[in-house]
Amino acid sequence: MSIKNYIKIKNLSKSFGDVEVLKNINLEVEEGEFFSLLGPSGCGKTTLLRILAGFEYPSEGEVFFDDTNVTSLPPNLRPSNMVFQNYAIFPHINVQRNIEFGLRKENLSKDEMQQRVENALKMVQLEGYENRYSNQLSGGQRQRIALARALVKQPKVLLLDEPLGALDKKLREEMQIELRNLQKSLGITFIFVTHDQEEAMTMSDRIAVMDEGNILQVSPPKEIYHNPKNKFVSQFIGNINILGAKIKSVSNENLLIEVDCFGSIQLKNYQQIIENDRINIAIRPEEITISKISDSNYDYNFQGNVKNISFYGESTYFYVQLNNSDKILMVSKNETKEPFSENDNCFVNFSSNNLKIIKD
Amino acid sequence: MYNKNNTLFIYCVFYFAFLYIPVLLLPIFSFNDSFHMVFPLKGFTFDWYIQMWNKSRLHQALFNSIKVGIIASVVSTFIALFAAKAFTRYKVKFHGLSYGAILLPFIIPEIIIAVALIVIWTSMGLKLGLIPVTISHILFCTPFCMLILISRMEGFDKSLEEASMDLGENSFWTFWRVTFPLLLPGIIASLLLAFVISFDEFILAFFLSSSDQTLPIYMWSQLRFPKKFPHILALGAIIIIVTSLIVMTAYWLRNLGQGKKKDFSIGI
Repeated sequence: MSIKNYIKIKNLSKSFGDVEVLKNINLEVEEGEFFSLLGPSGCGKTTLLRILAGFEYPSEGEVFFDDTNVTSLPPNLRPSNMVFQNYAIFPHINVQRNIEFGLRKENLSKDEMQQRVENALKMVQLEGYENRYSNQLSGGQRQRIALARALVKQPKVLLLDEPLGALDKKLREEMQIELRNLQKSLGITFIFVTHDQEEAMTMSDRIAVMDEGNILQVSPPKEIYHNPKNKFVSQFIGNINILGAKIKSVSNENLLIEVDCFGSIQLKNYQQIIENDRINIAIRPEEITISKISDSNYDYNFQGNVKNISFYGESTYFYVQLNNSDKILMVSKNETKEPFSENDNCFVNFSSNNLKIIKD
Repeated sequence: MYNKNNTLFIYCVFYFAFLYIPVLLLPIFSFNDSFHMVFPLKGFTFDWYIQMWNKSRLHQALFNSIKVGIIASVVSTFIALFAAKAFTRYKVKFHGLSYGAILLPFIIPEIIIAVALIVIWTSMGLKLGLIPVTISHILFCTPFCMLILISRMEGFDKSLEEASMDLGENSFWTFWRVTFPLLLPGIIASLLLAFVISFDEFILAFFLSSSDQTLPIYMWSQLRFPKKFPHILALGAIIIIVTSLIVMTAYWLRNLGQGKKKDFSIGI
């Protein structure tokens, strides 16, 4: 089955006055995909979403929905619906009439209308809330009503602007799973804006990482985690140790580098083209182990001192200062078989195939 | 009500006494069987109310005032509604300057406006009467309405209008289905305030009304004749009661049909 690109964004730029908030964006989103726009605040992700919704018009470039150019269509004529960050539930009408709001033009009979509203409420598990007003609902319920109100229109694309931002952690995690299941069962395209990398990782088919108006990488979550294209992406997604290094020699596919805090390290089977002799080396905290005596299962072992320990329940982070260096390494461990305490001496162990070269 | 804080309680008593005792003298003397507003009260009478009832010029003045008040409040609220939308929703050129210009009639002494209008009106060869009075009241009330509606507009979430657009409504229907109902308390407040301002406005009406008296002009004209004075007290008493009823109705309207906790305040 060939999957079609439903949304296409071509050479899109947007400026507010002198400030360029989106810089030549090109992006394609597949039909039925859960797609996240991820980035820090001010990166342009919300503006991009608002351009897709029709609330803002691009300064340059075009937007296509299903090969139709919608660049200059107002929001009421687009096959997309939005779930707003603050939910925007109309306060002067009850839940029933909020959900019916978008169905005025469909000329439904009273029964059909009722059926649609009931189904929508069932979908978000809020049956029986028809007569409530916005101020009689909790944050999570408002969020569900906003979702029902958008989905009752049976949109081709659902746009979500940080919809889980105002919920507490536990509810947020429940809603993440619920949203994901809902998206799968409906099969419609979700464009989800978030600054929370965990949220994006758990829910998305693909993620676009944005910074300062640029899209830096578009990949599935695992790909982004394991092969970040540059330093910003690697640091924004999960925790990572970034170490400065210098290239000493290149022979065949072996690369000898001098890492500032480790000394000489041999990288095998290295295929990437190196443009510069100053490079960044990255390694995830869980790819390093910590032990009392050096672990010969790994290529490299270095001595250090445990500076801080952060316990997160399912994992523990150790901040290890290497001997003869002021660099502090982040090391994570799923369990604490070998209990360490702060200021203990330790070994950090890793294999060279876990080291990645990362662009600035 | 039990109040622990005695100082505050005493302060409140004095405050309300200061506000309302002078006003309450009117109804009291309106039942007093004497031409003079002096204590002790002479005896109880409905004469002044009966006398008032039989004054056809008073009826005419009252009718004039209501007519002017309704037209002025509706027109100035209408103008202010769209101006408020423009000011709060769009990027208006010279925002500060235009805002100031609209609020200027606030600051200019009424008498200056009155003189200016009478000069313009008569130099155009038009007859003085209720029409220039109504126009001057619209001019005078609009800034008040603007202030009420702008604060109301600023207080409401722009994404509600966006949500309506997103759900398929164009800007016309968005206005009628979302903006208007949410602004309604503000609109009612604006109508009431404009009506009250117009109803008791004196200076503009004095200059521009010619022989078509409004109620304040009529009342003033009666003060010159001591024997005709007491029925003005009766009239004043009725105005106080009607005004109180209007305010109470406004509060009642404000709570009607809304969730109890909802603050759709009439606040100015």
